[in-house]
Amino acid sequence: MSYKCDEYKIVEKKTLAENIYSFTVHCPEAAELAKCGQFVHILAPGFTLRRPISICGIDRERGNIRFVFIIKGHGTEAIARMNEGDMLNMIAPLGNGFSVQSAPSGKRVIVVGGGIGVPPMLETAKSCNKVTAVLGFRSYKNIILADEFRSVCEEVLLCTDDGSVGEKGIVTAPLARELGKGDVGAVFACGPLRMLGAVAETAKKYGVFCEVSLEERMGCGVGACVGCVARIQRGGEEKLLRVCKEGPVFNAEEVLF
Amino acid sequence: MSKDLSVKVAGVTFPNPVIAASGTYGFGEDYAPLYPLNRLGGISCKGTTIKEKAGNLPPRIAETTAGMLNSVGLQNPGVDVFINKYLPELKKNGNVIIANLAGASIDDYREAAEKLDSTDVDMIELNISCPNVKQGGATWGTTCDGAASVTKAVRAVTKKPVMVKLTPNVTSVTDIAKAVESEGADCISLINTLLGMRIDINTRRPVLHNNVGGFSGPAIFPVAVRMVWQVANAVNIDVVGMGGVSTWEDAVEMMMAGAKAVQMGTAIFTDPYSPLKVIDGLERYMTEKGIDSLSEITGTVQPW
Repeated sequence: MSYKCDEYKIVEKKTLAENIYSFTVHCPEAAELAKCGQFVHILAPGFTLRRPISICGIDRERGNIRFVFIIKGHGTEAIARMNEGDMLNMIAPLGNGFSVQSAPSGKRVIVVGGGIGVPPMLETAKSCNKVTAVLGFRSYKNIILADEFRSVCEEVLLCTDDGSVGEKGIVTAPLARELGKGDVGAVFACGPLRMLGAVAETAKKYGVFCEVSLEERMGCGVGACVGCVARIQRGGEEKLLRVCKEGPVFNAEEVLF
Repeated sequence: MSKDLSVKVAGVTFPNPVIAASGTYGFGEDYAPLYPLNRLGGISCKGTTIKEKAGNLPPRIAETTAGMLNSVGLQNPGVDVFINKYLPELKKNGNVIIANLAGASIDDYREAAEKLDSTDVDMIELNISCPNVKQGGATWGTTCDGAASVTKAVRAVTKKPVMVKLTPNVTSVTDIAKAVESEGADCISLINTLLGMRIDINTRRPVLHNNVGGFSGPAIFPVAVRMVWQVANAVNIDVVGMGGVSTWEDAVEMMMAGAKAVQMGTAIFTDPYSPLKVIDGLERYMTEKGIDSLSEITGTVQPW
């Protein structure tokens, strides 16, 4: 596992929705190594711990990595105050991505994203051939990246908690309908833990391979501190595995939600 | 001309005085993609127990102002895996390696120390100060009798230099320091983390699943300097200073307080290159001040 740590220039900053920002940084060596589902570890100026943020886009030609984040506290607020041209201290790429190469060929892939778990599914969708996206948001004003998903997916199904756009309710209803069509080879998902648990259960019911990307409070981000473990069932026993190193993507059947 | 930054701690020569602190650097391999590990003065490896340990449930990490809390709880693969898998790799590149040892009983410490005695480790650091496990951590380090008994048991089974890592969560750290010195400790490292707590005001739950955890980072540096100073003045054995060391200035300060070397931990999470920056800064400082050996500055603080 190889990664880089350096200061990289922010080449594009966009506001996608209230408190949600898209940063693109120029980091050719890291971009060359990066895979969908991996994350970057960002130093918020003035803070002790870095913020792990999933990779939303990889542009190897331009040497760029893009990530999208929401302001959750003072640290992400400090990152959001940075501007185009500023240098961002970043460790990247980290963790294991989605195993898109092992999705059965000829079959459809479903990427599922919920809220701020939606961004990493964009690069994942780009890395697959025949993709349907199921994206869940709280309301119309929280929707992000929908057009970009439409440009890389055969179909994009939107859900909102309040029904203001797309189907009212959570992602599992449309997911179950799609899985019921019988042509799906793999489900890749990122979002709130409760949503991931429901997605995992739905995929299992239809016997479809499913991977989920987990989130945990992180220290070093590279595996050294063992701070960010998740409960994983592997080899017949429960283990506490590092989200940063053995994850963040895990086989859904192994995760003890 | 490059300076000789080497220091001697309890008879062991470290190429420079900047050591990665136990629990923050794993067994080194996670940072190998960034720089050759032998650029560090040494590595104090992840705390190891006689048998594999699963550690505490997550969340294990919480940020604080200028610091962090952790409640990892000594998750490690066990001393045999350390000896057979990690140690040979680490010694290949000439790293100075400190094995950090924790235990739930005196027998645990003794048995693991016996195993380490016949290996290539340069030093054994006794962790009698982990705040995150009910047994085998601070229980030993918070009383003179406990600290002395672990030191005595390990001393009896190994010729390796023994460093005892002390907890700051005590009334009188100097009493504990004297107790381990009298049982044959070769040197003392301090401070381990301070016991702390954070609460999520929305859920009313502690942020850490363990409720409480070890407080580290720049915020605790003044406490560490004070305790290193007190202990260095109370014992005749070498002292290694740690607790919030983040810059080369911190390292100089810690050495002036009485430390022969420093350990860095949380600062590595903020910036993995920080130990190298400290080493470079120390070299510049030596050149600027005409210092030939860093041991010249150890304990040179002039108290009012």
